[in-house]
Amino acid sequence: MKLLKLIPDNTNIRFLRWRIPFYAVSLLLMAASVGLLFTKGLNLGVDFVGGQMIRMTFVGQPAAPLADLRARIDRLGYGEPIIQQFGGPNAVSVRMRLPEEGAERAAVAARMTTQITATVRQAYPRVRIDGVDSVSGKASDELFSDGMLALVLAAIGISIYIWIRFEWQFGVGALFALVHDVTLTLGLFSLTQMEFDLNIVAALLTLIGYSLNDNIVVYDRVRENLMKYRKMPIAELLDLSVNETLSRTVVTSLSLLITLVALLILGPDVIFGFTAAITMGIFVGTYSSIYMATPILIWLGLKSDSFVPAESAADRQERIARGEA
Amino acid sequence: MLDFPTWKKAWLWLVTLACALAALPSLVALTGARWPAVLPEPMVNLGLDLAGGSHILLEADSRQVAQQRLETMDESVRAAMRLAEPRIQIGDISTSGGRLSFMLANPADIDRARELLIPLMNGTGLRSDWTLSVVDQTRFVLTPTQAGLDQAVKDAMSTATEVVRKRIDALGTREPTIIRQGDLRIVVQVPGLQDPTALKALLGQTAKLEFKLVDQTALPSDVAQGIAPPGTQIFPFAEGSPQQGQSLAVRRLGGIRGDSLTNAVAGVNPQTNEPLVNIQFDSQGGQRFADLTTRNVNKPFAIILDGKVLSAPNINEPILGGAAQISGSFTAESANNLAIALRSGALPVDLTVIEERTVGPDLGADSIEKGAVALLVGLGLLMVFMILTYGRFGLYTCASLILNVLMILGVMAWLGGAAALTLPGIAGLVLTVGAAVDANVLINERIREERARGRRVVQAVEAGYKEASRAIFDANITNTIAAVIMFMFGSGPIRGFAVVLMIGIVTSVFTAVTLTRMWVAGWLRRARPADIVL
Repeated sequence: MKLLKLIPDNTNIRFLRWRIPFYAVSLLLMAASVGLLFTKGLNLGVDFVGGQMIRMTFVGQPAAPLADLRARIDRLGYGEPIIQQFGGPNAVSVRMRLPEEGAERAAVAARMTTQITATVRQAYPRVRIDGVDSVSGKASDELFSDGMLALVLAAIGISIYIWIRFEWQFGVGALFALVHDVTLTLGLFSLTQMEFDLNIVAALLTLIGYSLNDNIVVYDRVRENLMKYRKMPIAELLDLSVNETLSRTVVTSLSLLITLVALLILGPDVIFGFTAAITMGIFVGTYSSIYMATPILIWLGLKSDSFVPAESAADRQERIARGEA
Repeated sequence: MLDFPTWKKAWLWLVTLACALAALPSLVALTGARWPAVLPEPMVNLGLDLAGGSHILLEADSRQVAQQRLETMDESVRAAMRLAEPRIQIGDISTSGGRLSFMLANPADIDRARELLIPLMNGTGLRSDWTLSVVDQTRFVLTPTQAGLDQAVKDAMSTATEVVRKRIDALGTREPTIIRQGDLRIVVQVPGLQDPTALKALLGQTAKLEFKLVDQTALPSDVAQGIAPPGTQIFPFAEGSPQQGQSLAVRRLGGIRGDSLTNAVAGVNPQTNEPLVNIQFDSQGGQRFADLTTRNVNKPFAIILDGKVLSAPNINEPILGGAAQISGSFTAESANNLAIALRSGALPVDLTVIEERTVGPDLGADSIEKGAVALLVGLGLLMVFMILTYGRFGLYTCASLILNVLMILGVMAWLGGAAALTLPGIAGLVLTVGAAVDANVLINERIREERARGRRVVQAVEAGYKEASRAIFDANITNTIAAVIMFMFGSGPIRGFAVVLMIGIVTSVFTAVTLTRMWVAGWLRRARPADIVL
């Protein structure tokens, strides 16, 4: 039986020759993402800004009657609703603001839910109310800061682990690749204005973990080759390491994408954003492990002898005595 | 590396089957069939977002606890000074700034007053709940200690949790989860509850019931402006009462609290058919209630609930049996709620709902079905891809993948309530399947490389497993770091995701590395191939 080989044996692509243009493009994309985050911002869900979200599905209808829904809810006088498609075309989420803190808030939230669901049910008897989320400003502030803290802690924790297992250059390289992956994914969320909620933070944490898998595999090979080929110039050695692991990188990323695309197309609508974030992360992560995390090792001054044990003073004297250079 | 004695094989299979078989009842349930009742039935618990139900996060205000302690101390100090022989005269007690301060009329009383105060200040054990200082020889200042305050908040929260539990049980909801979270919060989860309005109304009611005499000397114009005559307090009438919008002045002291009830039931007034609540005091409370009503026949007294006057009926005759009725514009439902709240006791502190999530039942069922389809399709495509890429080794990967999914579900079933499957958890399951092949890919690629370098089959396989294990280990550690952090910081559904990832990391290393190595070793021993297709 002839087996499928996506990457032929002895592939030797000189990835690092193009490192400067690729870095330039990546840095530009990162800058664009940051720019988007500052100008367009993220479409933060109730988890992070507080308020109330009611999810509903119009069973048996091809699409949700967005305009009519907006008009009806607007008439209730609780302010303008933000209505978004959520999953399928007949499913929507209706987001409302809630008054700030105080005993009033809970009462208003309860009344609002009852009135909105009653109004929608009256106009569309077959509507299915899928869920109500109501988050106070205080709770949402905490969820947001906890989420950001979790991201930062995960990124730092993982980088420290890599620093301990490898060398400091690898830790910094991993951290940089992480920042790159997360920034571009956030940029995508800002660009598409997909809702950014708690689940997306979990997705970011996941992609931090998985995009690092690729880094580690390449780094592991770099370390091995550094010990094996002490005389090889560093750029050449990095290229060799990337090429040797290329087949694995492609097969694994493809495997992940197969399952993720199945989940995107066939999986539950409610976690579409979540899956999209991880899918995006796998793409970016695969790219960054080759073009972000690896070339940076050169600039951080990784030397061919980084993993050679340091020479003791006695050895050195002996070597000089023998007349070696 | 490739040596597997029989005992080791038996042990590995035992672990595999013990985990994988535990997934079967849940899978059978998914297809709608019945699991035979004679067999043990570990089930994967579903999170609220899949099972449907309500999640409510309640928060208390610690300032309120502090305020209440000040008020109690205020009363104790007054009583102690009044009851002293001879009586110690003191000026007004100020509670501003979170401290209690008052002047002595006669500086000569200073040592007696101090002696009386000391027992009031002591907490349990050696800790003192308050510190006392004397300013300018005559002014006493009592400051609560942080330790005392913390203990008070802790006590209030454990009582509140108990009260919440009693109230929810009284509603007859099944399997509620009630957990303290942090210092000031209580999480309530009720599976299957679709409309939490009644629950929230019940939990939002502090149910602090007081009976106080109406001050009939107060000028209505003063009361309307909120000016309380000395020794009185002003309370507004409750919403829905005929006097809504008006207020009433009541005597500050000499009332009775409704925290000494033995029972409370909703009923109707036989004359007017209006809903009301019948309450029964315990013997001590009944005695005090009898005294109050005997001394004040033909005077009105106010029934005050959570700082709002429900009604202010006249005392027509002494009420001696310890039984009383609370009337006040109730609906049948609100009367019933109040009865439940009174039976379960007052909350020592107000609770506010700061987060609420309710999920309908259909969404969850829909999601499980779609998740299962996505998992099957993803798994199927992945298996085809693996066999095409790695041939026989791909087949081993496929077998390990299937066992991996079963083992994750099985471990979750064994863990039961500790590891509920949530909506993101479904994604975690599918994702873990995709990621689990990474270990096999690393191993297989390495074997391929070692063969290309000219090693013989057995040596190549051994080197493949050995050299790849370093990267597999490191990669899994980083994923564990991410998952643990997610578990620590995440709320319900995300914790479910983190749990799946963590279980998946362990089972996928077990199936993808250990089990496949056992299979490959067995094959090499049996077939002794001169070459392998990889």
